Amino acid sequence: MLSLDDPRRHVHVRAERVSAVSSTDYPGHYPDEDHSWNLAQFKDRMSVKVQRLSQKSIDFDLVCVDASIANAFRRIIIAEVPTVCFEFVYVFNNTSVVVDEILAQRIGLVPLNVDPDVMLRRTDPSDQPTDRNTLVFKLKVACEHNPAAPKGATAPSQLYINHEVLSGHLQWEPVGEQESVFENNPPRPTNPNIVLTKLRPGQAVEMDLHAVKSVGKDHAKYSPVATASYRLLPHIILNPEKPIPPHLAEKFQKCFSPGVIRVDPVTKAVSIDPVGVRNDSVSREVLRHPEFEGRVELKRIRDFFLFNIESEGPYAPEQLLPEAIKVMREKLDTIRKAAEALLADTQAMDVDMTMS
Amino acid sequence: MAEEVPKIKIMKGATADLSAATFQIHDESHTIGNALRWMLMKNPKVEFCGYSVPHPSENTIQVRIQMYDKLSSLAALIQALSDLDDLCVAVGDAYDTSLKTDSYERWVEQS
Repeated sequence: MLSLDDPRRHVHVRAERVSAVSSTDYPGHYPDEDHSWNLAQFKDRMSVKVQRLSQKSIDFDLVCVDASIANAFRRIIIAEVPTVCFEFVYVFNNTSVVVDEILAQRIGLVPLNVDPDVMLRRTDPSDQPTDRNTLVFKLKVACEHNPAAPKGATAPSQLYINHEVLSGHLQWEPVGEQESVFENNPPRPTNPNIVLTKLRPGQAVEMDLHAVKSVGKDHAKYSPVATASYRLLPHIILNPEKPIPPHLAEKFQKCFSPGVIRVDPVTKAVSIDPVGVRNDSVSREVLRHPEFEGRVELKRIRDFFLFNIESEGPYAPEQLLPEAIKVMREKLDTIRKAAEALLADTQAMDVDMTMS
Repeated sequence: MAEEVPKIKIMKGATADLSAATFQIHDESHTIGNALRWMLMKNPKVEFCGYSVPHPSENTIQVRIQMYDKLSSLAALIQALSDLDDLCVAVGDAYDTSLKTDSYERWVEQS
């Protein structure tokens, strides 16, 4: 059942169309087969395997779950895992070339290192800012001539002091109990080198900035990831009846991404690299050549998801899936409580009707 | 203050025994809609299940459930929600185990 060669798991990639896209593992689809929800069986078959981890990104496989589940996790990571970003900008002075609203928008996009768990959300627009739901930053930069500039220098970095306003210039101003809450990890941008605007002598920027907690579906700046995406595992089937002729082996190899096809140096026999095949682009180039017709089939495994998540913000990349699962469970819990209340209501109504 | 919107309500046209009903779930999207539809379709007592987002600027989804044997669609919905929760826990546990015990490539990304 769980072999990659199981035709039920295959999405067919043909020259001009893709077929067998929908999953069929529902009760009633195949006669005399069960397919109803079975947690023990699901736990047995499903697997998650981390493949690659850096300080900013993670690659992992999620196998034997339906696309609706994998997609739910992906969507939640992008749009519903909360982060903290600048939302309110109070401009006291801005004589730079970038106008206030554009500069405010750019500042809003700067990712901060603040753990959203320690902050409350301002859900209602009338909510007052407090030390629990708002972080205050100051931006005060003025550009001037550098008196120590070497003679004949032309670079702005040598001629002027503060010729660029950088994300590193954003200074956090602790309020109330924040000093102790953020003692170990003071709020600051994750990257101090983002250029917000450029200045020339005499120009200055002075602003107060309020950062609040929200989610990506509110504004894309709150999304904790640069990308969160998945692909289906490519699967290439060679026809044993019609092998690739030795003189075409190298041409066949070039139809795929590098590292996907192995060619035996002596016999010129062609085989698929089980690790390299993960990186195939499934370009369908091989299907354009009549000499390969009937010799190869391209598939993808419908329930084999290769996730790639790039974190950009306060979360370590390996924290993002657990956060998404947490958000998903909160959502399910809210709906279930509401549904149970609705069930109690309808039952109470039934009792009323029988009484009267 | 705007009136409190119910998280879930039964839409007009449901049968009296709730064996066929459309539920409107407020403040949800395809994320929950598709996952919930899948889990409901895994229930052999569900004759039909489908969901829709009626309008992209309205923040609701509608889930239609029709049951065999005059069973309650609301009970099936609650069951599906708790099964989905079990699924989430199972995926989370498997991920944590892999992260702790599997050997995988670690690399340093330059920015």
